[in-house]
Amino acid sequence: MSLVLSLVLSLGTEASMSNLPELYQAVLLEHAKNPRNAHLPEGANRTARSHNPLCGDRIELALTVDQDTITAVGYRASGCAISRASASVMSEAIRGKSLAQVRALSETFHALVTGRSPEAQPESQGAAQDPTALGDLAAFGGVAEFPMRVSCATLAWQALTAALTSNRNDAPG
Amino acid sequence: MHRDQGVRGHGYGALDVMRVRQDFPALHQEVHGKPLVYLDSAATALKPQAVLDACAHTYGRDCANIHRSVHTLSHRATSTYEAARARVQRFLGARSSAEVIFVRGTTEAIHLVAQSYARPRLQPGDEVLVTELEHHSNLVPWQLVCQATGARLVPVPVTDAGEVLVEAFAERLSSRTRIAALAHVSNALGTVLPVRDMIRLARERGAATVIDGAQGVVHAAVDVQALDCDFYAFSGHKLYGPTGVGVLYGKRELLADMPPHQGGGGMIETVSFAGTTYREPPYRFEAGTGNIAGVIGLGAAIDYIEGTGLDAIRAHEEALTAYGMQRLAEVPGLRLVGTAPGKAGILSFVMDGVHPHDLATVLDTEGIAIRAGHHCAQPLMERLGVLATARASLAMYNTRDELDRLVQGLHRVHEVFS
Repeated sequence: MSLVLSLVLSLGTEASMSNLPELYQAVLLEHAKNPRNAHLPEGANRTARSHNPLCGDRIELALTVDQDTITAVGYRASGCAISRASASVMSEAIRGKSLAQVRALSETFHALVTGRSPEAQPESQGAAQDPTALGDLAAFGGVAEFPMRVSCATLAWQALTAALTSNRNDAPG
Repeated sequence: MHRDQGVRGHGYGALDVMRVRQDFPALHQEVHGKPLVYLDSAATALKPQAVLDACAHTYGRDCANIHRSVHTLSHRATSTYEAARARVQRFLGARSSAEVIFVRGTTEAIHLVAQSYARPRLQPGDEVLVTELEHHSNLVPWQLVCQATGARLVPVPVTDAGEVLVEAFAERLSSRTRIAALAHVSNALGTVLPVRDMIRLARERGAATVIDGAQGVVHAAVDVQALDCDFYAFSGHKLYGPTGVGVLYGKRELLADMPPHQGGGGMIETVSFAGTTYREPPYRFEAGTGNIAGVIGLGAAIDYIEGTGLDAIRAHEEALTAYGMQRLAEVPGLRLVGTAPGKAGILSFVMDGVHPHDLATVLDTEGIAIRAGHHCAQPLMERLGVLATARASLAMYNTRDELDRLVQGLHRVHEVFS
């Protein structure tokens, strides 16, 4: 169960003020310290690697996609807290979702971390206009105030796109 | 102690740092609502008003191309440009201003030597000596020229403390060593290398020496004749001057034999389809229109530094470095990286369980600017067993209060991430 509701309320009122709690708040730090799904699953049929030259962040992502649904997800990630927490939160958010839902989530996440309002995004199936529907993903709202760290937050999602765009296990990073 | 490694100047004067700070406009701003604490001068230094004025005057009054025209503005610009060359000559302690070539920066300077001096001379099996702590700009040009010629790049190892020992250098010198390319001061660790001794040993073997002085000119006053190096390179923007300008110093007799690395206007005597002849150094190596305002700004930067007092600046930085190392050691979970005796004011460190980029972002929210990453020294990071470090670097305008704020910020980092 996410801790996000009270945090989302504070994000909503203070989004214009950059301060530390906006970025490294409790949910994000918790995921960085105790990452979920931080191992490569057996029998994965989609893999991808991605790396962020600015930070030295790296991720190797592995998924099992079964008839248009992500049934298993795991990864190996190293680097800064934002990239590792993002991988952890993403892994929970996409498990059990359809590919269309996952694509919509990805667009919403990109809008969130780059500070574009969700209302400005094209309508897509499952896109969350309401931040509370994002669950723990909303914890990354503070990244928008730190443009230099956006690529850290989106690294896992880039690997996800690469994994889903390839056909089989042969996706290069 | 770095004073013996090619340093001029005697005695100490007190630096009035609060007065100095008034000269640097960029210092007086807030970041995330807090007064800026700029601890990233090793990446680029802030500029005093005198440098800004010199650049503005060049574009706003003496705006003309140099060397090529008979009109008054061109004469003024040319005089000021050549006066800057003479300024750099005196700053470096070179014999002649013909030994001062203006380029874009340290990287271009080293490429010039690699292409014009090294490439025609290196044979398969020859050796180019570097160290494990070099900046990529003093590695990649040599890799390129070794690939092109069949020569070998040989790295001198560093100790765990980040020192380069003369003995280790001597051990790697061989009968095949043609060039030794060495940092004067490490940009990642602050180590001051024993370049004078290494140059002497290299000379005994008949090897040419190329010194990457990007940090050397800032932290260790340079006398190229005392060092007896063959080439010395530095960048203007790290020396409180503009970006896009740098200097290659080379001994007259070596430059005389070097072909141009770039051809075009300004470096030629005569041009025809039957053949082209080139000018003497330094102009042979200054093709096209350079960064005129940048060169003039560099001259103004050197005037400012020497007007403030090199010895006073050194003493101030030494005291700050000692204070910084002592205070940083108090931060829980912090480990200093680079602990060579007599090191310059470049303080690299890591903190347990905190990635340097997270650390740097937290500090940014406190108004503190440091650098985090591999500092263009990936081989060094690998040798020291770290992916990246955080780096705070000191300049003449920094204060003890700023170091106290850095340490406060690091305590906050520790709270957030532990």
